[in-house]
Amino acid sequence: MKGLKFILAGILFGIVMSKSEAISWFRIQEMFRFQAFHMYGIIGTAVVLGAIATYLIKKYNMKDYQGNPIIFTPKEMSFPRYIIGGIIFGLGWALTGACPGPMAVNLGYGYWAIAVAIVGAIAGTYIYGVIKDKLPH
Amino acid sequence: MENILEFLSQPWPWYTSGILIAFVMVLLLFFGKSFGFSSNLRVICAACGAGKHTKFFDFDWRSQTWNLLFVVGAILGGWISSEFLTNGDAVQISQATIQDLQQLGISAPDSLQPDEIFSLEALFSVKGFLIMLIGGLMIGFGSRYAGGCTSGHAISGLSNLQLPSLIAVIGFFIGGLIMTHLLLPFIL
Repeated sequence: MKGLKFILAGILFGIVMSKSEAISWFRIQEMFRFQAFHMYGIIGTAVVLGAIATYLIKKYNMKDYQGNPIIFTPKEMSFPRYIIGGIIFGLGWALTGACPGPMAVNLGYGYWAIAVAIVGAIAGTYIYGVIKDKLPH
Repeated sequence: MENILEFLSQPWPWYTSGILIAFVMVLLLFFGKSFGFSSNLRVICAACGAGKHTKFFDFDWRSQTWNLLFVVGAILGGWISSEFLTNGDAVQISQATIQDLQQLGISAPDSLQPDEIFSLEALFSVKGFLIMLIGGLMIGFGSRYAGGCTSGHAISGLSNLQLPSLIAVIGFFIGGLIMTHLLLPFIL
């Protein structure tokens, strides 16, 4: 089954995120209060290793498992959309203590309350899609 | 085997998490995909037929099925953790955070999440329901507006040294700090 590898990658992600407590509302509060290194350590390690991997993939023109070149699409440069969108996202992140990945993991963990946040996130995405052209990008 | 399970059931240190998150990101690149969770929210809207009326959702969402499978995996991973890999310990957050939160009426952790927000009892109160719903709305709206969330911008984007991602992550923190320090005292 072609899709199995994505499910397995997701399982690994879900276990890692819950076992390192990155899905915990408490940990997100601790991060935004600068009271522990934990979350900064997680994100920092991931970014440093991710940057090294990205550099090597580009430098050696590495291919994916089907032999196609691995392509990185640069993000379109602009300011308003990233800062305004980012701030709105951050407000929600600190309130629920979960971003989209951890939302899914929390649901699996058995914290059913997060289902309401997931429905909210789908609705929020829909609202964005409807009023997108009226917003500054 | 039992020893291994016992070992894995302790909380994992931050560096194991950082290493494995980077590994998952690289794994998806070698699968010919990219690591980003919030795009699934757009895919779900499209799969529900939002593309009939709204151009933003009119795209070939079936090509993104792999990402939905990744989400299914993440849900399963959370379930495996709670079912087989937990010793039921409370989150070991700093004493300073425990004290700050107690002043807001959140008791010290006895599991992964605060009962005051994540219990079903809290969910069925008006305040608890609105916290989840409005928080979710802002996450969905904000991540699509900014073109990504923590995985797409903070991990994938920063790894690729993208300035837009850095701006977005700064935005995430401005929003998070405003919520934590200015708004939460009034909400909780």
